[in-house]
Amino acid sequence: MIRRTLAAALILVTGLALSACGDDSSAAPSSGALNGQVNVFAAASLTGTFTQLGKDFEAAHPGVKVVFNFAGSSALAQQINQGAPADVFASAAPKNMDQVTDKGTPTTFVRNKLEIAVPKGNPAGITGLTDFTVEDRKIALCAEQVPCGAAAKKVFEAAKLTPRPDSLEQDVKAALTKVSLGEVDAALVYRTDVLAAKDKVDGIAFPEADQAVNDYPIATLTKAPNPAGAKAFVDFVLSAQGTKVLTEAGFAAP
Amino acid sequence: MRSRRRTQRVGGRLPLVLVLPALLGLAFLLIPLIGLLAEAPWSTLPSRLFSADVGQALRLSVVCASVATVLCLLLGIPLAWLLARAELPGRAVIRALVTVPLVLPPVVGGVALLLVLGRRGLVGERLDLWFGFSLPFTTAGVIVAEAFVAMPFLVISVEGALRAADPRYEEAAATLGAGRWLTFRRVTLPSIAPGVVAGAVLCWARALGEFGATITFAGNLPGRTTTMPLAVYLALETDPDVAVVLSIVLLLVSVVVLASLRERWISGLR
Repeated sequence: MIRRTLAAALILVTGLALSACGDDSSAAPSSGALNGQVNVFAAASLTGTFTQLGKDFEAAHPGVKVVFNFAGSSALAQQINQGAPADVFASAAPKNMDQVTDKGTPTTFVRNKLEIAVPKGNPAGITGLTDFTVEDRKIALCAEQVPCGAAAKKVFEAAKLTPRPDSLEQDVKAALTKVSLGEVDAALVYRTDVLAAKDKVDGIAFPEADQAVNDYPIATLTKAPNPAGAKAFVDFVLSAQGTKVLTEAGFAAP
Repeated sequence: MRSRRRTQRVGGRLPLVLVLPALLGLAFLLIPLIGLLAEAPWSTLPSRLFSADVGQALRLSVVCASVATVLCLLLGIPLAWLLARAELPGRAVIRALVTVPLVLPPVVGGVALLLVLGRRGLVGERLDLWFGFSLPFTTAGVIVAEAFVAMPFLVISVEGALRAADPRYEEAAATLGAGRWLTFRRVTLPSIAPGVVAGAVLCWARALGEFGATITFAGNLPGRTTTMPLAVYLALETDPDVAVVLSIVLLLVSVVVLASLRERWISGLR
């Protein structure tokens, strides 16, 4: 008897758990005040600024929680297309935004360009892009799939140089980390990344960077679990307050 | 002593309360694998499989995993022997520490390796200074990362075999005048061979699948440090079909490895 009751209970619990899994609309869309959670998928290079913007947004809208997923833009696009519950996508390049199918109209909100990052004090004496072609130098670049890698490719094409990297990192922050740890002599990262890590790395600007300026598009997603929150967050990023945070971090206004 | 009664077969049907979750568990483990096979681009599979990139990644993976396994054997068997046979103070603590890489997220292992063996690391700085040699971003770095993650599998397996082995043979060898080294080589090692083989196979399989520590410590450069799992991860972002093909290759290798691990070898793992 007890066994049968237990079995019934277990089936019930399993059923409940499964149905709970299927019905994952934790942030129910509301007509009026904002609430719930806003899932923002943002390019790795936006880590610092968007974390700040998220805090400001939460302060302006009590009861809303912003949750970030920072990674290489190509990985994020892939995750969204596979059904990850994203409300907002901010990509470091239009190409990766285009890869996402179900989205609202993207708006370019900032621009960014590449800079050479070297460990503090530049121990290897890096002077410019030509150092990236020297076999003895330890060099990190972004993989071509991610925007910073695509931009790097354009830069080297413009300079007619063939880089000899030691590692192709999966996002810009990974490349930056290798510099700040001193594991590589130089890497190509964004100007904003150099600024964000200015205690540990020095930046060297170079003229060819202007050949590969990245436009950063942001868009709400049509399958967003929290459409109201998504729209509010995008509006916040585009607002004067949002622009101020971004430009202070070294991004250029579009 | 261990005269356990043979489990009696209780008549009647299997209890639903066990069968149902068991079936769910089975489905949970198998469905992703079936999905991988179902999604495979079978028509273009051969051409993708024999493309230069896949071959390169596979070759690098096999070479690195094999060298890492040899490294683990050279260091792991003595370590297992020490844990099983020597009178060590705080042996339980040491054993726990040895198994840390087993449960540690591999990325954390990669960060730790970078901080110790990196160019500015505690040990790596000396290597660079004295020998002008640094491990990160090299194939040797991949091997180090894989060995770090995989060695506990070997140590645990071999230690288990050592504990299960009858110490009287070693004692007999000792009374006949054999030194400890001779005893180890001629008596202990042959008696634990199945455990060593099982451990080595597991260790190799773990090394082959290593991702986190490798990409963190050794970076990613095709032909030098891009092993199969790294190639799968990067391919997923541009060409998911290639990722599926690469995954199937790894799946196949895993199945072959497990199938070759016959019951008697696994018995050494207790």
